[in-house]
This record gives sequence, structure tokens and C-alpha cells, in this order.
Amino acid sequence: MLPVAKEAFVSALNVNGNASSLHATGRGARKLIEESREQIAKALGARSSEVIFTSGGTEANNLALKGVFWQSVEEDPNRRRIITSAIEHHAVLDPLAWLTEYGHAVVEYLDVDSLGRVSAAQLRDLLAQAPAETALVSVMWANNEVGTVQPIADLAAVAHEFGVAFHTDAVQALGQLPIDFQASGVDLMTLSGHKAGGPHGVGALVVSDRVHITALTHGGGQERALRSGTPDVPAIAAMAAAVTYWQGNQVQHVRHLRELRDYLIRRVLAEIPEARLNGIDTTKAAYETDARLPANAHFSFEGCEGDALLMLLDAAGVECSTGSACSAGMPEPSHVLLRMGLPDEIARASLRFSLGWNSTKADVDKLLLALPEAVARASKARAQA
Amino acid sequence: MRVLAALSGGVDSAVAAARAKDAGHDVTAVHLAMSKYSAASTDGRSRGCCTASDANDARRVADALSIPFYVWDVREVFESKVVQQFRDSYASGETPNPCVRCNEFVKFDYVLKRAVALGFEGLVTGHYAQIKQGVNGAELHRGLDESKDQSYVLAVMRSDDLSSVLFPVGSSLKTEVRSEADARGFAVSTKPDSYDICFIPSGDTKSWLKKELGTNSGAVVNHRTGELVGTHDGVHTLTVGQRRGLNLDQSKGPFYVTSLDAKTNTATVGLVNDLDSYEFVVESVNWLASPTTIGEAGGAFCVQIRAHHRPVAGKVTSTDGHQVQISFREPVRGLAPGQSAVWYSGTRVIGCGTIAKRESAGDGRKSSH
Repeated sequence: MLPVAKEAFVSALNVNGNASSLHATGRGARKLIEESREQIAKALGARSSEVIFTSGGTEANNLALKGVFWQSVEEDPNRRRIITSAIEHHAVLDPLAWLTEYGHAVVEYLDVDSLGRVSAAQLRDLLAQAPAETALVSVMWANNEVGTVQPIADLAAVAHEFGVAFHTDAVQALGQLPIDFQASGVDLMTLSGHKAGGPHGVGALVVSDRVHITALTHGGGQERALRSGTPDVPAIAAMAAAVTYWQGNQVQHVRHLRELRDYLIRRVLAEIPEARLNGIDTTKAAYETDARLPANAHFSFEGCEGDALLMLLDAAGVECSTGSACSAGMPEPSHVLLRMGLPDEIARASLRFSLGWNSTKADVDKLLLALPEAVARASKARAQA
Repeated sequence: MRVLAALSGGVDSAVAAARAKDAGHDVTAVHLAMSKYSAASTDGRSRGCCTASDANDARRVADALSIPFYVWDVREVFESKVVQQFRDSYASGETPNPCVRCNEFVKFDYVLKRAVALGFEGLVTGHYAQIKQGVNGAELHRGLDESKDQSYVLAVMRSDDLSSVLFPVGSSLKTEVRSEADARGFAVSTKPDSYDICFIPSGDTKSWLKKELGTNSGAVVNHRTGELVGTHDGVHTLTVGQRRGLNLDQSKGPFYVTSLDAKTNTATVGLVNDLDSYEFVVESVNWLASPTTIGEAGGAFCVQIRAHHRPVAGKVTSTDGHQVQISFREPVRGLAPGQSAVWYSGTRVIGCGTIAKRESAGDGRKSSH
């Protein structure tokens, strides 16, 4: 967590009031929440009335997808189509699968190319097939696994050509990419506190004043009655502190991350013959440096299994990720890589390296020190199986 | 030593890992996800899951021991080498032992090899068996707790691998292991023992087999007279030695299944004496002792023919490298092809193999004496 976020969290712990209470302490808590809301709105180019605090990105995605869907069906029972991309996070794919099963939603998926990019042209084609029946388009701002940044403003504009609302899961983008909610044309945007150096367990859905959604949780009527429940004041204050921090430091921070990312990519590709980069290679002149999340590098190591590499690197003090795991902790081949056209075997041979706000060149050097032996061992283990 | 401890989520493997850590080893824990059932969702991706509660129990043990914890996906090898073999074996009229195959192909093959390749020097499990250093190297012995001994299902381990494996609870009684788990504060200390086949959680093997292999009605004939006495639902629904649940007139019996012929889909039944054998052939033999040791004993060993069988004295004669013949002075009852035969010298496992089918009904009866 960012030190400023931690400070804000601890300081807010001294505010004991329930933000819904009418007495002085309650007002104090409420003031903190509203200040946080205003700070986040200001940093992200939104109106403060558009920021709905939630327990995190997953809840915000559920609220966006189900909230828009139920509202849409309420207005027109035939409007139950949702268009999304095949490489969304499970926090989008699974609510949509649930809506398909229990709400008779009709979900269609945009393809991605081998670099993980969706196309505005395909979105236009899909929308043109049944615009009046389409309730929502949802495409993530940037992919969490391979870091590919989507042309969000273009996609939102296409959705609006057909009068369809546009949601984006911007969890990965927050803190890493400049976000201007109004300028992007997006109608609903999911945020998470911990991905931006704030605490876990807090997030927000930014909902344009133009869009009406149905609430999923009912009770005390907090958060414009869209998300009842006593808000987590310290977590909200800390998230606001983190978002505000990035507003002032983003340019410098992102420059540092990009350099570190490209240094990591160059070294891994140069020193590990088995490695191939997944997603956009920002070290090549052909691509814009911000076509990929500044903190993301993702590789496949041919002939290895990702979980074996993870275990070996973990033992060497380098923490990375294989993608998704089931609730028991077993790694699964990533649906993102499979949809980008990678064979199952290569998908299982993959690792994601995420850089943090405090990552340094020494961390990358440490990885490169451990990686050759880990790859050699993991190859041997795979060959024996 | 840098070791990998397999944590099932049960009490034995928990104490085994704890003891390995106390002994000064650098322990990493791994839970083996074996069950294969997946829920497909709308976009075709599959999110198969293992038994999440066992994995969680295992994870909490690793937390308590402050050791790294991972889950290994062994579903593919488990499905092909254990579950499929179980189906095939029943379909061919045999009585398989899936725990033997799991030790042979999953735990002490796939997992051990992977561990060694990844830089581990040993594998720790919670089995009740002992590995002792003999004059000619490592020896596999029965566990101290006779009622929990698992040497019968471990006899398929390769001789060379014995020195890379640790069984820290093999020298203890189960009651001691439970109280130790309790004293160590493991939440799993009161978890019940597992008896059933792990991939048939209902415990109803017959129903599982019927679901997997369907029904295939066939004849039940009298072993001595050849007379048709009833019908069955498929050889996979029966086991040699079975008496209950047979669809026939038991008034002149009791009748037991004496043999199963998958080719003709015929079951033969006979009286209890017809289950007696004086000799049989064992295939896919694995030796855990040197030829010298075997020679010194003159082939005289104690032979165990199923998991909870009281071993009897027999003579093991090697016919070639992969087959042996075992003969007895006193008859053994209820020999089931597909089960393991394990021969011991005292508590030490000398060798094992899979009991082969008899050439035809009646072989191996008193004619040999």
C-alpha cells in the first residue's frame, strides 16, 4: 500500500462514526466519504455524484452488468443482449454467465487478435445486427494478464452510435494509465482500491448521470440507494488518497514503470531462449509505449509448466503469477491466452510479472539471476512427465 | 534435505510434514489435485476444480507449519493411470486396487520425478510403512501400526526410489499420530480416516461402475456342473469371492463368485471350497530385494493377496523377470485377479505383482497336489 494511503487509512480509523448517523461523529464520517468521493471524481474526470463506493472491483462489475441488465429488461423485455470481449476478467465473465443462466441474457463475445486487441469494426458489426436488443457493451480498459490496452474511447463511441451504454472494467488502468471518465465517453467504469496502491476490499463504480441502473443490494439506501450497507470509511479514504497521489505523480511514475518493464522484456527475451512475450512488445518501434500496461510483462516459457516456474521463483524470492487459479489453488490455463490463439501447452507455460510502485531495477536483476536455473529445472521436470 | 511433503488434507500427512520439519528438513508442501470433474460455462472454458475443502485443510496445515504451499494438478495422470485402469480392469472381469496404481504411477512416479527434477531431494508422505537401511540399501517394511499398515499398497515402489522417500509416521501408532496432531493444534486432528476410493466419494462403487460402464446382462453358471443358475448385470458388477447380491437361488449354497470371463460375459459360481487355490501366477513383478536375498530364502516368503489379508507361507518361484509363480501348502481363499500379491520376509517387503487370471476355471485347484 502507498504510504499516503496507509496514513489516510490509519487516520480515518479515528473517525468512529457511522456515516448514516445524524450526530456530530456521524457527520464526521460522512464528510470523509464525501471528500473522498470528490477527490476520486476530480482525479478521474467524473462528477462526484457519479462515484458509487463498493467492496471492490468484483462488486462494481456485478453492479454494472446486472444493474444495467435488469434496468434494460425492465424498460424493454427484448433488450437482453450484452456484448463483451472474450478476454475479460472472471469478475465480468462469471456475472454474465450467471445472467445468461438465470436472467436469460444473451451474451456475445468480441474476438481478440494474437496481441489481445479487440476491434471497433467487429463491435460495429455485432451492434448493427440487433442494436435495439442490446443492453450494454462491456470491454475492459486494459487486460490484467497480457497488459493489452484497448481503444476504449473508440469502442465507447461505436456503442453510442447505436445508442447502447458502454461499461469498462478499468481496474488495471487505475494508477497506470491516465483516466478521464468524461472524455473517454464511457458510461460505467469499474475501479478497485488495491490495484492502485490502496487497500483491498474497496472499489467503486463510476456511473454516468445519464445511465439508470437497478440496485442489487437493498437496505439503508447508502450510495444513492444503489449500494446499501454501511460504508468502509478508512478503506474509502485510503483509496481516495492513493488515487489523488497518482494524479500528481502519474507521469513520473509511469515513465519509471515503462522503462523497468521494457528493461525486463529485453533481458528476458535476450537471456532466456525458451521465452516468448505475450501481448504487445513495447520494445519494438512498431508499437506505442502505452499500448501495454506500464507495469505488465507476460511470457511463455516453452517446454516448462508455469506452476513449476512459479514455485522455483517463489523459493528464490521472486513472486509472479500464472494467471488464474481455481478456489483450491490449482493453476488453470488462461482463457485470455487461449483466445489469443496460443495452444493449451504454451498457455500452461506462462507467467505474468507485475511491477509495483516500489519495484526497482534491482528487483528485475534478481529475477534474471534466478530465471535461467528455474527454466532449466522446469524444462527437465516437464520432459520427465 | 530439501523435501516436498504431499499434504492430502488429512491427519497423517500433516503430522508427517511436521515431523519432517522438526527433523531439520527444508519442507515445501504440495496438495495433489486428483479428482476430475469440471463445470463448463458459456464460453466453453472449463474451470475444473479439485476438492476445495481438502485443499484448504492442507493449506491450513502448511500455514501452521509456516512452510510454502502449492497445489499440483495431477488430474490427467490420475485419470489415465488410475481411474481409467480401474474401469478397464473391472470391465475385463478383474478386481483392481486403485491405491496401488496411484502409488505406482502418480505419487511415486509422476510426483516423485517432478519433485526431483525441480530440485527436491526427497518426498514425504503420511503412509504407514517404514523405510529402513539394510546391508544392501534401503528396505521397505510394514508400518508399526499393524491395523494401519500400508506396505501392501506401497510394494510397487521402485527399489531405487526408497532412499528418496520419507514416511515419518510409519513408526507410530495411529492413535499417537492423532494425539500429536491435536497437540500441534492441527484442525484436521479429528478428521475421520478415509476408507473409500477417493474418486468415488459416495462410497458406492457398484453404482459408480454401472454409471461408467453401463449394464451388460450375462450368464451365471455353476463352476462344477456348468449349469446355468442365474444372470448378472455385467462382469464389472461382480468380484471374485462375492456372495451377497447375486441374482440366483442360494438355497443349495451359499454360492460365491469363483471366476469372471469378460470375453463370454460369464460368471461362474461355486461353493466356498471352490475359492481355494494352491498356486497362481503373478505378473508385472516388482522386486524390492536383491537376488541374493531371494536366493537365501529359497523362495519361502509370507504372501498377502489383498489389503486386509493375513499373510500365509508360500513359495515364490521366478519364471522370468516379469512373472512369478506362487504356491502354497495350505489353500488360500478368494484370490482375485487384478489384486496385488505381496511377499514379505518378516516385516520386509520382498516383491509384489498383479495376480493373473487363471487360464480357465478349475486351474490351480487340488490337481497340483
